[in-house]
Amino acid sequence: MRHRYVSVKIDSEQDIDRWDLLNAVSNSLLMLFGEYGASLSELALIDYDPKSNHGIFRCAHKALEMVKASVAAVTETNRKKAALQIVYVSGTLKALRKKSTE
Amino acid sequence: MRFADLNLRLPIAEQERRQAEELIKRSAELGYSSIGVPLPVEVSQEEIQDLERICTDYDLDLIKRGDLKPKNVRDLLRLLRVLRGKREVIAVYCDSKLAARQTARDHRVDLISFPSADPRRRFFDFAEAELASKASAALEIDMAKLLMLDGLPRARLISNLRREVAVAKKFDVPIVISSGSADKYLLRRPQDYASLAYLFDLDHQAAVKALSAAPFGIVDRNRRKLSPNHVVPGVRIVRGGEDCQGV
Repeated sequence: MRHRYVSVKIDSEQDIDRWDLLNAVSNSLLMLFGEYGASLSELALIDYDPKSNHGIFRCAHKALEMVKASVAAVTETNRKKAALQIVYVSGTLKALRKKSTE
Repeated sequence: MRFADLNLRLPIAEQERRQAEELIKRSAELGYSSIGVPLPVEVSQEEIQDLERICTDYDLDLIKRGDLKPKNVRDLLRLLRVLRGKREVIAVYCDSKLAARQTARDHRVDLISFPSADPRRRFFDFAEAELASKASAALEIDMAKLLMLDGLPRARLISNLRREVAVAKKFDVPIVISSGSADKYLLRRPQDYASLAYLFDLDHQAAVKALSAAPFGIVDRNRRKLSPNHVVPGVRIVRGGEDCQGV
């Protein structure tokens, strides 16, 4: 299974933890593509830094467009207004981290 | 690449200037180089200059937009006469079929928008698209609604947008994607809007065009027409003064 890694920046009215972030994107994915679409995506939050408000998601490469749309469609986390921005997409975690530090 | 958001709903009043500045700052951070702001007919020149000054501070180009919500065809023609010479982009919100048809036929209209999520009140069919294509009007897609709705209403909206995008492609009607938002949490980067366009079957390249080439094409065309050097389409003054005599 090939994966894609998606780096996301969070802009929210309040501080959020990793579960809030994962719930927000998972719910958005479920709302837009249903349980079948969510099952294809194999979404996982593999890293989250609350200080810099950046998170890294992993998903199936075939579901990348669905995940990108779901990330962009998030409007709240934990019932507070929020916006997520996709910063980078990469095929490997190493390349994503390298891009992020550049 | 340059991107434009042709529908940033900034508060115009002086007491709300801080909120306007916050939205302008946010747009600049998200990667836009131009923002279109709907300006009511009664807005003063000082208020426009204030907004232009804030935009210049953030390296943004302010595009003056006029929003028309005509009740009928006569109302549309009257509003077009008043605003066309004063605004760089004219958008018409169509709520009736007759007004929609006249809007698509009129060369003075730049953007056709359908505010209702009800499919019976969205009139972008083959006939509408053919007229719009001949008049060089573009179909505007307001992304704030897509973000604000959820459940069945959003599913209906996505279904309508998918049908309208397919019709627009068939008749070569340009598509313009704009934020349509007055809330900074509903603004997205141009690339993120392009990702959302996947929902209504607009491919990435076409979505990027809807955020860059299409809006800039409209603005450049209208700025040329509004310039004092414009004579008629295809003819403009390139030089004036005594040294032109006998040329």
